Amino acid sequence: MPDTPSQKRGPSLEFINLSRHYGDVVAVDTISQHIEPGEFIALVGASGSGKSTLLKMVNRLIEPTSGQVEIDGEDVTTREVHELRRSIGYVFQNIGLFPHMDIAHNIAIGSRIGSRPVLPAGEIAELLELVDLPADMAARMPDQLSGGQQQRVGVARALSTKPGLMLMDEPFGALDPITRENLAESYRALHDRLGLTTIMVTHDMAEALLIADRIWVMANGSIAADAAPAQLLAGGCGEEAESLVAVPRGQAERLLARKAGG
Amino acid sequence: MREWLNTIAPAFQRVPELLAQHLQLSFAALALALLIALPLAVWASRNRHVANIALGFASLVQTIPALALLALFYPLLLALTALFGDLIQPLGFLPSLLALTLYALLPILRNAVTGLNGVDPAIVEAADGVGMTKAQKLRLVEAPLAAPTIMAGIRTAAVWTIGAATLSTTVGQPSLGDLIFAGLQTQNWSLVLAGCLTSAALAIIVDMLLGTIENAIATRRKRRGWIAAALLAAGLAFALIPTTSADEDTIIIGAKRFNEQYILAQLIGQRLEQAGYDVRYREGLGSAVMFQAVTNDDVNISIDYAGTIWTNEMNRTDSVARPEMIETITSWSRETYGVNVAGPLGFENTYAFAVRPDDARHLALKTMDDLARVSPDFVFGTDLEFLERPEWQMVKDAYPLRFKGERAFEPTFMYKALSSRQADVISAFSSDGRIAANNFVVLDDPKGAVPAYDALLMVSPKYANDAKFIAAIQPLLHAISVEKMREANYMVDREDDKKSPTEAARWLAGQLENKE
Repeated sequence: MPDTPSQKRGPSLEFINLSRHYGDVVAVDTISQHIEPGEFIALVGASGSGKSTLLKMVNRLIEPTSGQVEIDGEDVTTREVHELRRSIGYVFQNIGLFPHMDIAHNIAIGSRIGSRPVLPAGEIAELLELVDLPADMAARMPDQLSGGQQQRVGVARALSTKPGLMLMDEPFGALDPITRENLAESYRALHDRLGLTTIMVTHDMAEALLIADRIWVMANGSIAADAAPAQLLAGGCGEEAESLVAVPRGQAERLLARKAGG
Repeated sequence: MREWLNTIAPAFQRVPELLAQHLQLSFAALALALLIALPLAVWASRNRHVANIALGFASLVQTIPALALLALFYPLLLALTALFGDLIQPLGFLPSLLALTLYALLPILRNAVTGLNGVDPAIVEAADGVGMTKAQKLRLVEAPLAAPTIMAGIRTAAVWTIGAATLSTTVGQPSLGDLIFAGLQTQNWSLVLAGCLTSAALAIIVDMLLGTIENAIATRRKRRGWIAAALLAAGLAFALIPTTSADEDTIIIGAKRFNEQYILAQLIGQRLEQAGYDVRYREGLGSAVMFQAVTNDDVNISIDYAGTIWTNEMNRTDSVARPEMIETITSWSRETYGVNVAGPLGFENTYAFAVRPDDARHLALKTMDDLARVSPDFVFGTDLEFLERPEWQMVKDAYPLRFKGERAFEPTFMYKALSSRQADVISAFSSDGRIAANNFVVLDDPKGAVPAYDALLMVSPKYANDAKFIAAIQPLLHAISVEKMREANYMVDREDDKKSPTEAARWLAGQLENKE
C-alpha cells in the first residue's frame, strides 16, 4: 500500500441530532457528536443501548428517523447509497465472506462491483500481508480458514477499496481471547499506519480501553459518557461508565493481587 | 425373445417424430415457466405479499388435474380467438404449452423463493456493506448461492412437464401420449409400452443432465456443467428441426378416444387420399373438444353421434323420432355454426345396458324395468363420462335404478369388468364388437329413454359447401351397417389376430353397402 504513515486519510465525522425510532422504542435518541480525522472511537454499552444502530446509520445500513450524519462535512444522503458504502470499510461479527468465492475474489469484490480496474494479484498479496496472512491463502475457499483467519480476510476486504473510514461492529466478538487480542492489536497498528478513522462497536470494555483513543459509553440511546481511556479508568464519568469500567479494572486488580500473593 | 421384438419394433416406428414434438413442447413449456417463475421468485423473495399470492396461485393450479387443465384452455382460447382472430390456435400446441407452463411454475417458484430467502443474512449484510447494488447482490451473491436449490426445482418441473406432456394428445397436440392413448384404446400394449418407455427415458435423461449441471454449480466444476448444458441444447436443436408441417389444404381428420373413431378416421382418410387430398389425423381428442374443434375448422371432418350433439351441444332432454332428430341437428348445426352434417353412416352407437348371459337367464332380465328390479344387488360399471352425461339422468328418470355401487372404467376395461364380475351391468356401446363376442345380453329400453345415436359425418365450415369434398365422402353415407361396424371394431379389440385400425378400415372399405 502506498500510504505514508504520517498522512491521515481518514475523514472527520459529525452526528447532528441523530435519532432512530422503532415504533415506540427509541434506539438512538438525538445524538450530536464530533469525530476528528484519524481518531479511533470505541462504542461500548449494554446490549440494546443503540451502539450498532448508531454505527449502521453512518453507512446507511439503517436510515435515521431524524437528524443527519456528515462525513468531511458532506451529508451521507447526498451520494447514492452503494457509492457511499464502497467508500467506507465495513467489518462485522458474522464476517460474511462469500462462500462461493475464493479469498482473492472475496478481497477483490469491491473492485469488481465498482468502476475501479480489477485488483492486480500483487495488491491482493499486499492486502493479505497487511492482515498477517500468507499470500498463498488467496486461492483457498472461506470454509478452509479458521475463524480468526476469516475475520482477517474480512478486514482485508474492507480495506481493499482504500477507504478512509472503517466501521467495525463487534468485529472480534466471536473469536477466542488470544486471537481477539492479536487481531485487535494488529488492527490498531494498521489504523495508525494507514491514518484511518475508525468507529468500533464492542462489548469488551477491556478491549476498548486498550486500543481506542476515545470511548463513547452508550445507554438507552444516548451517549452517557465520552472520554479517553485514562479518564474513564480514573472514574468520575458517571454511573454507566463506572459500572462498565469496574469489571476489567476489578479483574486487573485481583490478578495483580494474586500475582503478588503468589 | 425374437417374437417379442417383432411385435414391439413396429410400435417404435412413430417414436422419432413424436419424440421431437414431445421435446419441443416440454422444453418450450419449461423455458416459458422459467421466464415467468424466476423474475417472480426474485420479486417474491423481497415482498411477502407477492410470495403469498404467487405461491398460492401456483399451488392452486397444481390441484387441478392436468387433463382438466388442458381441456379448460380450449374454451378459454376459443373466447380469445374472437378478439385476436387467427393469431390464437385454441387446439394443439398453444393450450398444451400454457397448461404445462402453469404446471411447471410451482416447483420452480417454490424452490427459487426458498433458495433466495435461505441465503445467510450475514452474507446479505456483507453484500450490502461492500456497496453492492440490488442487481449486483442478486447476480454475484444471491443467485449463485440459491442456484443448487433453484436447479432442484427445475429438475422436478422438467420431470413433471415431460410426463404431463403425454396428456397434450387430448387437445390435439402430437406427443408421445399419442402412442399411449391409441395403445390403451386398441389394447396394443406394445404401443403403450413404447410411449411410456420413451417418455420415461426422456425424463430420466433430462433429469440426469440437469442434475449434472446442479452438481457442477454446487462444486464449481464449470466444464462438466457446460458439457451437460451443451447436450441439453443439442437435444433441443434436434427437436426444433422442422417436422413436416401441414399446409393450408391438408384435411384434418378428427378422432375421439375410442376404436370406432380410429377406424372411421382411417376410412375417411383413405377415401380422401384416393380423391387426391392430403390428410392428417388428430387422434385422441376429448369428446367435448371435438364438436367445438369442427365448428372452428381446427378439425375439418369428424364422426359424431346424434345423441351426443342433441344432449351436450343443444341441451335437449326430450326424445324424438330418429329421422326428426337428425333433421333438427342438421339444420341447427348449419344455422348456428355453418357445420355441414353430411349425413348418417347408417349405424347407431348408443348406450346399451348389457349384462352377463347367466344373470340374464337366472334373473329373467330382458328390459330396463327388469334391471330396476335387481339394481340394489348390482354394481354398475360405466365408461369415464357416462355418470356425468345427461343421458344417465334421462335413464334414471325413466327407470327407478338404485345400484349397490357405481364404478367408472376406461371403455376397454369396462367389458372386462363385466366378464370378471367386478361389475354386473355396464353402459356398453351398441356398435362394440365385444358385446356379441362375450355373449352379453343387451336390455331393451321400452320407454325410449336413451336418445338415438346415429353416427353422423360432420364437415367443418371450410369444406361445408365444397362440392368436390362432399362428393369424395358421399359413398360413406348410409353404407355401414351396425353388424359391419361391430365386426370392424372387434378386429381391433380382440386379443388374438388383432388388426390395426388402418387394416380394419381397409376391410370396412371393402364392405361398404350403399343402401341409399
